[in-house]
Amino acid sequence: MSTYALTDSWTMTRRELAHWARQPVQLLVGLVFPVMLLLMFGYLVGGGRGVTGDYLDYLVPGMLALTMAFGLEGTLLAVTQDLNKGVIDRFRSMPMTNGAVLVGRSIADMLQSALGLAVLIGVAYALGWRAHGSPGGFLGAVGLLLFFRFAMLWIGIHLAMVAGKPELVTAVQILVWPVGFLSNAFATPETMPGWLGTVVEWNPMSHTATAVRDLFGAPGGAPGHTWAAIVWPLALLAVFFPLAVRRFGRLSK
Amino acid sequence: MADPAITVEGVRKKYGGKGGKVALDGLDLQVTRGTVHGVLGPNGAGKTTLVRILSTLLRPDAGRVEVAGRDVLTHAREVRFRIGLLGQHAALDEELGGRQNLEMFGRLYHLGTRHARVRADELLERFGLAGTGRKPVKQYSGGMRRRLDLAASLISEPEVLFLDEPTTGLDPRGRAEVWDSVRSLVGGGTTVLLTTQYLEEADQLADRIAVVDGGRVIADGTADQLKSLTGADRIDVTLRDADQLGAAVALLPVPEDAVTVDADRRLLSAPVTDRMTALSSVVRALEETGIEAEDIALRRPTLDEVFLHLTGDERASDPRVKEAV
Ligand SMILES: Nc1ncnc2c1ncn2[C@@H]1O[C@H](COP(=O)(O)OP(=O)(O)OP(=O)(O)O)[C@@H](O)[C@H]1O
Ligand SMILES: [Mg+2]
Repeated sequence: MSTYALTDSWTMTRRELAHWARQPVQLLVGLVFPVMLLLMFGYLVGGGRGVTGDYLDYLVPGMLALTMAFGLEGTLLAVTQDLNKGVIDRFRSMPMTNGAVLVGRSIADMLQSALGLAVLIGVAYALGWRAHGSPGGFLGAVGLLLFFRFAMLWIGIHLAMVAGKPELVTAVQILVWPVGFLSNAFATPETMPGWLGTVVEWNPMSHTATAVRDLFGAPGGAPGHTWAAIVWPLALLAVFFPLAVRRFGRLSK
Repeated sequence: MADPAITVEGVRKKYGGKGGKVALDGLDLQVTRGTVHGVLGPNGAGKTTLVRILSTLLRPDAGRVEVAGRDVLTHAREVRFRIGLLGQHAALDEELGGRQNLEMFGRLYHLGTRHARVRADELLERFGLAGTGRKPVKQYSGGMRRRLDLAASLISEPEVLFLDEPTTGLDPRGRAEVWDSVRSLVGGGTTVLLTTQYLEEADQLADRIAVVDGGRVIADGTADQLKSLTGADRIDVTLRDADQLGAAVALLPVPEDAVTVDADRRLLSAPVTDRMTALSSVVRALEETGIEAEDIALRRPTLDEVFLHLTGDERASDPRVKEAV
């Protein structure tokens, strides 16, 4: 890492922000999509199998976690497109810090996800949803969600480099859906057939959702689950962060 | 050669592992500081592969590569500070405007924000892009894009500049502009390695020309040296009637398979050793057989012919190839 690691990363972050400014609609669609899912599951599908208490209280943390999980798709797509663009050759032929491209991507994606959380929480609030926990608990929940998103980010970067071509990305993207839905986002695992319930309980996203429910004082939360919501993303990061960084280094050779 | 700007020794590169495609097969090249070296070769000769290795984008499987006095493998970063690259395909951020692109690259060369901005304006002005404003590059014409790409490769005032087919797809004016830029750069001491499919371009710009085929340099020298490589001067005979081309081939003082036939231009061309004897014998033979000629000329070989001669004789004797090149 050179002394320019920071400036280079900032330059690459500015590039992503400039893309937003150029394509505000794209950013907007990304923010509206989770809201749509929330409305759909909250009102159209509704019900909340096995949930005691207010379904919205149960659903909102699930939707927040799901939004973070689906962020993986955005990262995957953006990195794949970037790697297939000619400009990456220019970056590689320049003396910039290796990896600044990835740092720029991470910061932009995390910003977008934070914005996505804010919008979703705002809409939920307008629908009458309230967090029942402490302000500290609220911040903790947001932190856990973003941490989970950070793990998804590096899985996304790694998968993008493994898949390589935009055609393969679609295939990988489709796999994100079952993983997102095979969770406790909409219903409790107790209502599901045995094997399915087990899968759902093991899903890292379920742990984050459960911990967030606990911190929001919502049904379906389990005290002490915060650890699981820290350990799981940490484990994923321990695997995918080095893999992604190594792979990116290898690409430039 | 004292203190070369580029040294390539026995470089090999194979794509796709075992049984893959050999792109470079023991390529050697030296480029003197402050000169323009043309790299001429047919499609698939390995020109782009060579440029990508020189600009640290690709690792060679074997061999030694030095650019600006530094090894590209062990001192890639130092090399990157000293080179500029204009790849075969545009290397620009298509979403952003021209100025945004240049400023971003300037900052990545660590020019500092203010200097990067000044440099961007300077280059936009110089390449006739000052009026493009915020228009994203994806809305540029091919020529504008190429000029911006060239501007981007010059941001850091590189010691060594790589241009991979810089004028492919440009109109004559755009081509002339790029040529002028290259000439003025060399005046300033920059070393340029330029690949091209246009023999005229190599002839116009390059001090020396390396002809590459099958991943090796098969000839290297000045345009004049290369022209004398094919040896002979040539005689061109243009007939009035294309139907008589076949009959006229036999009249030329060389074996029939050495004659190039261009039916569209009703032209026969052949190498000759003794200019005057050849000329008078052809004139006499035409008179005797009553085949009417529109024009007869003696000339030095063109680079096209040198090129075709060097990259495969069987193709040189096929008139259709000449049209395709
Ligand atoms: N990424 C790649 N994977 C596999 N083979 C490749 C790859 N890039 C190039 N090749 C092969 O290597 C050989 C040399 O290609 P290269 O692009 O260097 O040629 P070139 O001289 O630049 O051709 P052109 O004039 O068409 O640009 C070709 O046979 C090509 O098919
Ligand atoms: Mg090429």
